Amino acid sequence: MTKTRNDRLLNFAIRYGFLLLMIGLIIYFSLFAPGFATPRSAVFILQSVALTGILALGVTCTLVVDGFDLSIGSVATSALMLSAYSMVILEQSALVAVLLCLFMGAFIGLINGLLIVKCRVPDLLATLGMMFLLIGLQRIPTQGNSIATGMSLPDGNVAEGTFSAAFLWIGRHRFDVVLERLVPVPVIVFIVLAVVIWAFLGLTRHGRLMYAIGSNERAATLVGTNVNRYKIVAYMISGVMASIGGILLAARLGRGDIASGNNLLLDSVAAALIGFAVLGASRPNAFGTAIGALFVGILLQGLTMMNAPYYTQDFVKGAVLVLALVFTFYLAWRKGNSSEA
Amino acid sequence: MESPALTIGSITKSFGSNSVLLGIDLALAPGEVTVLMGANGAGKSTLVKIICGVYQADGGSMSLAGQPYQPRNAAEAIADGVVTVHQNIDDGVIPDLDVANNLLLDRLTQRDAPLFVRERTMRKEAKQHADAMGITVPVTARVADLGIADRQMIGIARAMARAPKVLILDEPTSSLSSQESKRLFNLIDRLRDQGVAILYISHRMTDIRRVANRIIAMRNGKVAGVFEGDNIDYEAAVTAMLGHSLSDVTLPAVERGKPVLQISGMQLKPDWPAFDLTAHAGEVIAVTGLLGSGKSMLASAIFGTRKPHSANMSIDDTPYLPTHPQDAVERGVFMSPKDRGNNAVVGAFDIANNMTVPFLSAFSRFSLLSGRKQREAARRMIDDIGVVCQSDADGIGTLSGGNQQKVMIARWLLKECRVLLLDEPFQGVDLGARRDIGEYIRNTAQERATIIFVSEVDEALEVADRVIVMNEGDITGDHTNQQLDVSLLLSQITSSHAA
Repeated sequence: MTKTRNDRLLNFAIRYGFLLLMIGLIIYFSLFAPGFATPRSAVFILQSVALTGILALGVTCTLVVDGFDLSIGSVATSALMLSAYSMVILEQSALVAVLLCLFMGAFIGLINGLLIVKCRVPDLLATLGMMFLLIGLQRIPTQGNSIATGMSLPDGNVAEGTFSAAFLWIGRHRFDVVLERLVPVPVIVFIVLAVVIWAFLGLTRHGRLMYAIGSNERAATLVGTNVNRYKIVAYMISGVMASIGGILLAARLGRGDIASGNNLLLDSVAAALIGFAVLGASRPNAFGTAIGALFVGILLQGLTMMNAPYYTQDFVKGAVLVLALVFTFYLAWRKGNSSEA
Repeated sequence: MESPALTIGSITKSFGSNSVLLGIDLALAPGEVTVLMGANGAGKSTLVKIICGVYQADGGSMSLAGQPYQPRNAAEAIADGVVTVHQNIDDGVIPDLDVANNLLLDRLTQRDAPLFVRERTMRKEAKQHADAMGITVPVTARVADLGIADRQMIGIARAMARAPKVLILDEPTSSLSSQESKRLFNLIDRLRDQGVAILYISHRMTDIRRVANRIIAMRNGKVAGVFEGDNIDYEAAVTAMLGHSLSDVTLPAVERGKPVLQISGMQLKPDWPAFDLTAHAGEVIAVTGLLGSGKSMLASAIFGTRKPHSANMSIDDTPYLPTHPQDAVERGVFMSPKDRGNNAVVGAFDIANNMTVPFLSAFSRFSLLSGRKQREAARRMIDDIGVVCQSDADGIGTLSGGNQQKVMIARWLLKECRVLLLDEPFQGVDLGARRDIGEYIRNTAQERATIIFVSEVDEALEVADRVIVMNEGDITGDHTNQQLDVSLLLSQITSSHAA
C-alpha cells in the first residue's frame, strides 16, 4: 500500500514538481519583492528571456534528434554583425539585412548537419569547430572592430549607412497591451516561435519522427525514416533560430557590437536542459524549454528586485540547472526502477 | 507452386575478406511459409538485411512478382511491400514513444501522410491492430516501460499493420513464451491464407514443425538443402543445417570434482521463486532459456553487477557475496559478458592490450606496464585458442567477429579462476570459431567450474556436460548431456507458468 502511495507521490513530483516550484517562486516574490507582481515587471522578464528562449528552442530541435549545437551563440553574434555590416557598410535595406541573416543561419545549419551526417564528425565537435570558425569570421570584415554609423573604414572613407528605422522597430517597438507601450516585438516573436516549434515537434509527423530518431536511430531507419535529412533539418532550424536571435539583438542594440551575446550559448542550453524536467517529460520539448527560460528569468528578476548582487546570477542559474537535471534524471531513474521491480 | 512472390538469384555478399553469402537462390511463394534454417553465422541475418534493403548485395539479383527488385534502403523495401520483423527487438521499437506511435510509425514516414499527427484516430487504429494481435497493454503506454515479449509483439504487430506482400520474420519467437508464440502462429496462419509470402527464420524445431510449408537449410553462406512436401524430413533439415545431426554430438562424460560454487535460495526478483544451483569443478554447465527468463540476471548476480533479491552463495565453502565485479574477480569469479561490442571490446586497443586489460597489475611493476610481458602472454593465448591474425599488435577492429570473441574469452583465461561465467559466448560467431572456443573451454575446464549462458539449445548441447533450463526466474530443467531428451528440454524452455 505504502509503496503505491510512494509511487504516486514520486510520479506527482516528477510531473508537477518544477511547475509548482515556479509558482511558489512567483508567489514568494510577489509577496516579498515590491513591484514584482506588475505587468511591467512581467514584460521585463519576458523581454530578458526572449533572446535566450529563441535560441533555446533551436537547441531543443537538435536535442530531439539526439544531437547538440554549440554554434548557436556564434551564429547569433554573426547575424548581429552581418545585419550591421549589410546596413551600415553595404547600405542595404532592413529587409535585405534580415533575409541575409536568415539565409546565413540556414546555411550554417546545413553545413553543421552535413559535417555530422556526411563527414561523420561527432555533433559536439562539429559545432564546436563551427563556433570557433564563426567567432573568427565575424571579425575579419571589420578587422575586429564593432560596426556603427560613422566608423572609419579601412579605405579611409567613413561608413555612411545607418540602421534603418524599420530594422530598429523589430527590436524596440512596443505594442500597447493593457498599458501603453507595454509588449516589445521580441517578446511577441519569442511567443510565436515557441508555439510554432511546439506544434512542429509535438503535433506534426515530422516532429514525431525526429523524436523517434533521437530515441532509437536504428529503429527509425528500419521503418523507412530518412534519418540524415531530418538531422540536417534540425540543425538548420537551430541555425535559423539563432540568426533570428541575432537579428533581434542587433535591432535592440542599434550597432554591430563585437562584444555582445557572450552568454547566449550557455543560457539557452541551460533553458533547454531545464525544459527536460517540466511536466516530467524527461526529453527535450518546446514547452519545457520556454518554461525553463522563463523560470530562470523569473528567478533572476525576483532576486534582483530583492537586491541580490548581479554577480550571483550565474551561480543561481547553475544551481537551477543542476536541480532540474536531478529532477529529470534521478527521479526518472527511480521511477524506472520501481516499475521494474 | 504458384508464380513466386519473391525470387532471389545467386546473391553474394562479403564484408572485407569475410565472405558471408556465397550465392543464395530461393523463391518465396504467396500463401506459403518458407522456413530458413541455419546455425549462428550461417548468413541468415545478412540475407534478411539484403532482402529488406539494409545491405546491398555484391552480386546476384532479386525480383518481386516478376519485376526487378533492388531496394536501396529500408523505406523502399517497405514501400514495395516487403516488410521485416528484425531479430533484435531494439531495432524494431522506439522506446520513448507510446505503443500507438510505434505501431503506426512508418505511416508517418510516407510522403502523403498528413502534416499533423491525429492522435485520436491514430490511437483508434492502433487499438484495432493491437486487438487483432492480442496485445493487451494500453496503446498509450510508453514502450520503454514494457517487457521484452510485449516489445517483440509490437514489432510484429507493426509489420502486420502494413498489409505486407512479403513478410520476413527473423527469429520472432526468441523472446516469446509458448502462449505468445501460439498467438503469433495463429496470425501467421491467417496471413498465409490471405496469400502473403512468408519467410520465417528460425532454428527452433517446435516452431518450424508448427508453421513450415517448406524448409531451406543454410550452412556457411550456401543453401545446404531444400525440404518440402507433405512430410517434411525435419531430421534431414537439421543435419543439413549443422553438417551433422543433433544427436551426433557426443561429449565424453567428465568426472565431477568437488562443489565449487554453491548457490542456495537464489531469488532474482521479489516475485520470482527461489532456486538452488551447485557447480562442480571440472564440469561445464550451460544455462539456457528465453530472453527475460532470468539467465542474464543470474550471471550478473554471480558476478556482482546486479544485486539479487536474496541469495546465499559460497565458493569453496566460504561465503561469497559480491557487490561489485572487483569482489568477484578477487575471489576468482570471471565473466565474459554478452554483447562484446558494447560490454567487452576496447576498440582503440590492439589484441594484446585487449586481452590483458583485466590483469594489468600482473603485467606491470610499480604501475609501469611491461609491454613485453603483455605481448608474450597474448601470443601464447593467440596460439592456444587459435586467433587468426597477423600479430598481437593488430587492432581489435581488424578481426572478424569470431576472432574478436576468441580474444574476449582468452582475456579471462589468462589467469586461473574458480568460476568462469560466459554470457552468450557464441553471439555473432561463425561455426568454425564457435567450435574452437567450445573445445578450448572444455579442454581447460578441469580445475574450475564453468557456466555458459546461451539462448540457443544447439550451442548448449554442443559444449556442456549439464544443461540447465531457466524459465521465468526459476530452474525448470536440469539434464546431463547424455542421451538428452531434446523435445522435453525445448518444452521446458518455452512452457509458460501461466498456461
